[in-house]
Order: sequence, then C-alpha cells, then structure tokens
Amino acid sequence: MKLKEFLAKNKKVILERWFDRIIDSYPADSSNFLRHERNRFDNPVGYTISRDIEYLYDALCGGMADDRLGTCLENIVRIRAVQDFTPSQAMAFIPVLKDVVKETLAGQTGDCSTDSELTDFNRRVDRLCLLGFDVYMKCREKIYEIKANEAKMRVYKLLERTNLLDRESINEE
Amino acid sequence: MAEKPKKPQELVQSIEYKPPRKRWMDTPVEFHKGTFNYSAAVDKLKYLDLPYPRKWQPTEEDWQLPDNWQEIIHKGFKDRLDKYRSFRVFMDICVRCGACADKCHYFIGSGDPRNMPVLRAELLRSVYRNDFTTAGKILGGLAGGRKLTVKVLKEWFYYFYQCTECRRCSVFCPYGIDTAEITMMARELLNLVGLNIDWICTPAANCFRTGNHLGIQPHGFKDSIEFAVDELEELTGVRVNAPINKKGAEILFVAPSADYFASPHYYTLLGYLALFHEVGLDYTWSSYASEGGNFGLFHSYETMKRLNSKIYMEAKRLGVKWVLGGECGHMWRVIHQYMDTLNGPADFLEVPVSPITGTKFEHARSTRMVHIMEFTSDLIRHNKIKLDPGRNDHWRVTFHDSCNPARAMGLIEEPRYVINHVCNNFIEMPENTIKEQTFCCGSGSGLGTDENMEMRLRGGLPRANAVKFVHEKNDVNILLCICAIDKATLPPLLEYWVPDVEVGGIHEMVGNALVMTGENERLTDLRGTPYPEKEGGENV
Ligand code: SF4
Ligand code: SF4
Repeated sequence: MKLKEFLAKNKKVILERWFDRIIDSYPADSSNFLRHERNRFDNPVGYTISRDIEYLYDALCGGMADDRLGTCLENIVRIRAVQDFTPSQAMAFIPVLKDVVKETLAGQTGDCSTDSELTDFNRRVDRLCLLGFDVYMKCREKIYEIKANEAKMRVYKLLERTNLLDRESINEE
Repeated sequence: MAEKPKKPQELVQSIEYKPPRKRWMDTPVEFHKGTFNYSAAVDKLKYLDLPYPRKWQPTEEDWQLPDNWQEIIHKGFKDRLDKYRSFRVFMDICVRCGACADKCHYFIGSGDPRNMPVLRAELLRSVYRNDFTTAGKILGGLAGGRKLTVKVLKEWFYYFYQCTECRRCSVFCPYGIDTAEITMMARELLNLVGLNIDWICTPAANCFRTGNHLGIQPHGFKDSIEFAVDELEELTGVRVNAPINKKGAEILFVAPSADYFASPHYYTLLGYLALFHEVGLDYTWSSYASEGGNFGLFHSYETMKRLNSKIYMEAKRLGVKWVLGGECGHMWRVIHQYMDTLNGPADFLEVPVSPITGTKFEHARSTRMVHIMEFTSDLIRHNKIKLDPGRNDHWRVTFHDSCNPARAMGLIEEPRYVINHVCNNFIEMPENTIKEQTFCCGSGSGLGTDENMEMRLRGGLPRANAVKFVHEKNDVNILLCICAIDKATLPPLLEYWVPDVEVGGIHEMVGNALVMTGENERLTDLRGTPYPEKEGGENV
C-alpha cells in the first residue's frame, strides 16, 4: 500500500491520536473537558483544534494549499499563542503528527510505504511547522501592538483634546 | 513567554514538549509575564488608609509579608465567616458536583484547572477546612485541608486575580454558590496583608480623591463635557444644555468617567447629551460624583462603601429627587446588590418617576437609582422620541450582555428593546453565550490592564469566539454593550480575535437614530463617519 492510501485509510485514527496528543499538552485535570465537550461555543479550544487539524491533515496528504490552510493554521496558533506555553510548546502540535503517523505505521502489518514517501510527508509537516512559526510571531507581535495602543485608547479623548495624540500612530481609529 | 531559555542539551531531551502531568494541587504557581497584575502603588494604598503599604512585585520571591501574616489572615477569615452567613454556607455546602467546572471563561480559554470555579473556590476552601472544621483540624490533608503557607498565598493572589467576579458559574450551580463572592472574600483577605493590585487601587484612590478613576479635577470634567457639547453641535447643528452641579435639578446623572475621556465610550456620551436635550430633561451632572464605576467592589466592602457614598452625598447636596445612571456594568451590581446595606436606603430621595412618561420605577424604591436602559426603553415604549433607525444601517449589530447588568440586575430585555428600535440589523449571538449565560469580556473586576494581556485574551476567547461566529455568518460589524469596562476591553480583545468588528454603546446608536428638533441633516454618524449620499428624501 502506498503511504498516500495508508494516510487516507487511517485518517480517522490518526486524527484521533493527533488530537489526543495535542490535548495532552494541557494540564491533566482539564483534558477531559477539552476532549469531550462538543459544543463549539462552550469549548472553543477543543472544537477549533479538532475541526482545523482535519483540514491541515487533508492538506498535508493531498497537497492542497489554499487560503483555507492559512486560516486553519492561524485559528489554532492564535489560541496557543496566548496560552501558557513557551513558543516551542505552542508549536509542538505540528511536528507531533510525524510521531503519530510513525506509530500508526508501526502497528500496521504487511508491506507499506517507502521511506522516500515518508520523508516527503515529513518534509511537508516541517514546512507547515515553519509556516506556523510565522503565524505565531505575527500573533505575538499583535499582542504587543495591542498593549502599546491600549494605553492611548484608554484616554483617547483627553489626549485628543490636549493635542497629545499623534493620530497617525493609532491605526485608523 | 519562555523566561529562562533552556540549554541546547536540555532542549533536545525535552523535545517531547509535554508539560509534566501533575495534579493541580502539586503544581506551584509561576508568574509568567502577561498573566498577572502589578502590585498597587504605595501612595495610593496610603491614600486609602490600607494596611502594610510597601514596594513589592508578584514575581519576587519575597513578598515582604508582615511577620504575623498567617494570624492576620486567620482572624480575617474568622471575622468574615461570622459576619457573612453566605460566606460560611458557600464554604460548607459545595458537593463538588462539577456543574460549574467548565463554565468559567478563564478555564475555557486557558485550560488551567485552577480556573474551574470549583477549584478556584477550593483554594480557599482547603484552608477553611484545615483551620475551621473539626474534620480538617484532625485529618488535615485527608479531609482536603491545607495549611496556609506562602505557596498557598501566592496561589490565592494568582487565581483570585484571575476571576472577573462575573458570576457565570453561579448560574449553573444547583446550590447557588456564588464563586464571585468567594473571590471577593479572598481579595479582602489578601488586602489585609497588603497584597493589592494597582489597577484596582489607583482608580479607587483617584475616585476617592477627585470623584473619578482618572483623577480628573472639576475644571477638567467641566471642560470635557463642554467639549462634547461643542462637538455634538458640529455634528447635529443643535446646541444642547449640559448643566453641571445645578442645585435643585430633578435628576442627578452619573456616568462612568470613561464616557467622557475614552473611545468608543465618548460616542455614547454624545448620545446621552442629545437624548436628554431632546426630551427636555431637568437634570444635572456632578463634578464630584463624576464616576459611575466603583472599583471598591473589586477591593473590599469598605472601599466600595466609601466610593458609593459619594454619589448619594452629591444627590443630597444638590437636592435632586433621584439618580439616573449611565451605561455602566458593575455600578449596577453595587447598586442592586449592595447599596442598601452599604449606605441605604436612600430615603432622602424620592422613588424615581420619569418626568417624561410618568412611569414610576418601583424596583428602584430603595436605591432610588435607575439605569439609563430602563429610562430610554420607557421613553420609546411611550413614543416620546422620534427615531430614524435607518441612520444606523451601516451597522450590523450584535449585543454583548455585560455580566453585571445581565446577571446582577436581570437587565436583559430593555437593551434589546432599544436596539430593535434604533437599528434595523440586529443579530443575536448563540443562546449559550448571551443573556444570563453571557460570556465575560475577560477583563472585568479590575483586571483590564495591559500587563495582564495574555490572560485577558484567554479569558475573552469564549466571548470573541461567539462574535466571530456572527461576524462570519451574518457580517456583524459592531458589538454593542452597556458597560464602560467592556467598551475599554472589548476593542483589544476583538482586535486580536475578530478584527473588523467595532465596539459601541447603545446610546451611541440612540444618538444616531434620534431625530432632534431643529437639527441639520446628519451628514455623518456620531463618529464622524459620512453617510452614503441619499437618493430619495429622508425616511423617518
Ligand atoms: S465568577 Fe466568573 S470569573 Fe469567577 S470563577 Fe465564576 S465564571 Fe470564573
Ligand atoms: S456547581 Fe456548586 S456545588 Fe457543584 S461544584 Fe460548583 S460550586 Fe460546588
């Protein structure tokens, strides 16, 4: 069986394992909730991760690279960029997919994919991870920008009245 | 957020990236940048006569506690258990059913178990068990008791300043346990040993000194209001009267101070001014009670009482009949739930009656204070104002129920009634995120400062997530709210999670829609955004 077929056939179990591994990055006492609460408004973190890794997976397997890939990646990274993670912990959810695929392959009997196919897949995962870091940085920069602007907005009208406001410096009010 | 970078060797070994899977009780608190608030400035503590003013920061190892800090807290705990029956009951009756566990926005956004309301309360309850129950005294840890150590105290500080006292959890508790009140008690205990945060104590001290959070003095206040009157005239062609400190006026109007110095609050102020003028209200502003908010609520009973009394003392001095309050959130928690025992009943005032419609606001019989949403919805109901909702057609609005008006005073239908009369495009967010179940902005109760931004963005995620849903599905482009803290904290929240959605107040929409006698044709809305060229005549 080709790797591509394997990935398609085992999509469900790989996604489940991937999701579990991501949820494992949260404290033990919380994982039950993040895993099982299905309502998208009651559990935006679990819902977003489980919805968007599916798209990322399809893109990695099928080579799609459209806007939606960026959106899905951003949806997850944006959340992890504000949570209690170091940058490497925040982004580890992507490379962990390599482990998951490897483990799933190991449990497989019979002839399976070639090394070169796997190398190719892993390379794509790496690329996605690098893209993820760009998004992560963008999110972190946004946070600092928001912090800087907030103080001004807080007393906007006073500053404006006393001509202390450099209008240009606040992005299109 | 990595504060101590690892050596390459360690890094390779820890490539698993999984944090240690310890249970919450064994995980010590770490103060990461972006997740806590700075300590209060010494001069502000002195101004409020608060104990143990000193320079310290949460990240420091030594918090310079007074030598007998455990004794002080133990006594404070006991006093409060004796004084507030509710507190003792809340300590005793939780059956740990878990109904509240996943209802807190901080838990939902962070995944940190100590943000589950039941565990947040457990931080205090475990010490209660140890110190005040027989089982705990004998069995200690086996009965779930914990000794009050510096480690536990730091945990208290971290997590009780990660609760916005929003009360969402209490809606789901079958026993009605109000974790917000547990947080209030915990903060009081922390205050006893000089552990305060600046974002609460500075506004409270300023308010105590000059009457408002920013410390704006009477002449500055007067300037601000006059500036708004000028600007409103430019926008509408109508010069309104905005009396300040007018003795004998019928009504004292008190708004959160942000309405006159911050954006987007300011457009709501323009809305109030236009409305009061149009209905010919005999009212006055006060340059002394120039703050509707009360950061004392987030600090302690005593501080809340002192700040609340300023409004009523001003009402007495000016000889008004009753008090009308602006678009503020926690002000109403103070008025509806605590005012009576703080400084009330305010029987030197009259039971509020709208001079325009004759409606008697019976529910305010004791506090003598009415929320502007009640006042305006009553005006609309009696057809007392002329409205052109088409002037808000550039907005596709949704409404964020601010925690306190929704949960502390049940102000749920009035804002919707008003919005439906002044806007043509109103879209509700999903049911489990609004009304009694509304998700907090994530920055209330004195936590809305920039040093705490990551925590705020986590806590605000559930709210923003619902906004994002209606933005994507229904093209919503403005989130309305009736709370000054919301107006300050939702814009950065949305900038991060849902850019392209603005934040505004309901009275801004009222001001846009209000057809004023003698007005010029409105070329712009109150923000100064030009209306598209009209094809036909005005459609009222
Ligand atoms: S009151 Fe609000 S912030 Fe505090 S624990 Fe309950 S849900 Fe969380
Ligand atoms: S819902 Fe009430 S009784 Fe149940 S765990 Fe929470 S606070 Fe305790």
